[in-house]
Amino acid sequence: MKRDKSFLTIRRVLLVIAVLAVYTWAFSGLPILQFKETSMEVISSIFSGLLQPDWTYVYDPKGEDLLRGLLDTLAIALLGTFIAAFLCIPFSFMAARNIVKNKAVVGTNKFILSFIRVFPDIVLALLFIKAVGPGAFSGVLALGIGAVGMLGKLISEDIERIDFSAREALVATGANPVKTLMFAVIPQVMPNFFSFVLYRFEINVRAATILGIIGAGGIGTPLIFALSVRDWERVGIILLGIIVMVTVIDVISGKIRARLT
Amino acid sequence: MKTAELKNQTTGMPAPPKKTKQQFTVLLVLLLVLASGWQTGFSFEELMSGLPNMWDLIVQLIPPNWSYFSQITVPILETIRMAVVGTTIGGLLAAPLSMLAARNVIHTSWVTIPCRFILNLIRTLPELLLAAIFVAIFGIGPIPGIFALALFSLGIISKLFYESIESIDPGPMEAMTAVGANKIKWIVFGVLPQVTSSFVSFFLYAFEINVRAAAVLGLVGAGGIGLYYEQTLGFFEYDKTASLIVYTLAVVLIIDYVSTVAREKLT
Repeated sequence: MKRDKSFLTIRRVLLVIAVLAVYTWAFSGLPILQFKETSMEVISSIFSGLLQPDWTYVYDPKGEDLLRGLLDTLAIALLGTFIAAFLCIPFSFMAARNIVKNKAVVGTNKFILSFIRVFPDIVLALLFIKAVGPGAFSGVLALGIGAVGMLGKLISEDIERIDFSAREALVATGANPVKTLMFAVIPQVMPNFFSFVLYRFEINVRAATILGIIGAGGIGTPLIFALSVRDWERVGIILLGIIVMVTVIDVISGKIRARLT
Repeated sequence: MKTAELKNQTTGMPAPPKKTKQQFTVLLVLLLVLASGWQTGFSFEELMSGLPNMWDLIVQLIPPNWSYFSQITVPILETIRMAVVGTTIGGLLAAPLSMLAARNVIHTSWVTIPCRFILNLIRTLPELLLAAIFVAIFGIGPIPGIFALALFSLGIISKLFYESIESIDPGPMEAMTAVGANKIKWIVFGVLPQVTSSFVSFFLYAFEINVRAAAVLGLVGAGGIGLYYEQTLGFFEYDKTASLIVYTLAVVLIIDYVSTVAREKLT
């Protein structure tokens, strides 16, 4: 009993020392925070820009306006999510331990899914820009491939949790593997599948807003232009547009997801 | 509900009116997808002609340039440093804000509602957007990255924090009110002991997310490894890009592992 306690305190002390070491290392290497003379000026102009957004930018019949940018962003997110939902189906079945009995196949698929998850969307977008050139199309591909990792993991875990009694009943009546999959596995997985896809759609809308920063389409491109020429009224209206769009999508998708499960 | 659906399918009962709604939904989704394809200029031709390019790129990525590893250790360490400092600042700000946003700590709705509103606003903006704005304010370097990560983690952590505060056991707090404790004491001895371990766990979780996020902040000039992604891709030095990917992957996996073990110990 006594020994346990001293062991615990030693571990605690070591833990505190480790945490302190990490923090001294992290903070000692930082450059000194220095405000440039322009910093305060920029901050105040950002706030004034946010408070007086450039409303004329919302709709411009000649093209290149906020609504078109947001529409582009939404289209990228939607198509990317659709592609990912499609691609993740084979992966998630092959990565489910109770569907595929071969350990090597399951392991490989699980590894592929975690490997995809490690790549940030923006790095994938950089790679796709190299392949198909800049524009919304490369953004779609980046989100389409990037989302497979997360969707595949969530859905394969969901498949591993299903109740097998329905499947056993079907097998007992002599149903073939395709039929058992159709009538015992898929109906159980469906609602969660749609819920995960919708959730990923929410994430993709946010991701699509930044793809333009590196040239992969959407509202990020006009934003980075407005930032570089310090047109704060325009930055304000674009940020406002993003906030409204993301909030509306989150609310709608949240409502649908609540009804699904 | 699931068994009822199953029955319908197997016995071939006449389709209930729900089916039209389903068909309508499928049609709507297909229309939306087609419209997005048109909007984004999706073309299979381009994809097919692009695929060989992709393959060339993958071939050039292998093998990674191993000698490049020593050069990118400093920016990798800077990335981790940014994540540590950014998450800490965000977490420190999140603790008081989430107290103000929790309905069972502050009973007046004109405090909790504006707090929640501000936190929701912060959460809608991705960290790279925040970083781009902070770069415009503070100039290039890790400082804007740290500010972006701090604000970004404030958004995530405080939501997790106030939800965990709202789910605590009200017993100790009622006892404290009964003996006449003031609000500060009430929070320190009634609320904090119950939420500390989940706070630390959420903090670590946010740190994991921030390491990944910090790895790309350099793309907009906010310090860390991200800058090197653009450079190596721009100069077609794909073997170096591969080293960056491998190194980031290793660091992210190690941090995720350590943090997951620590979080499991906490709960």
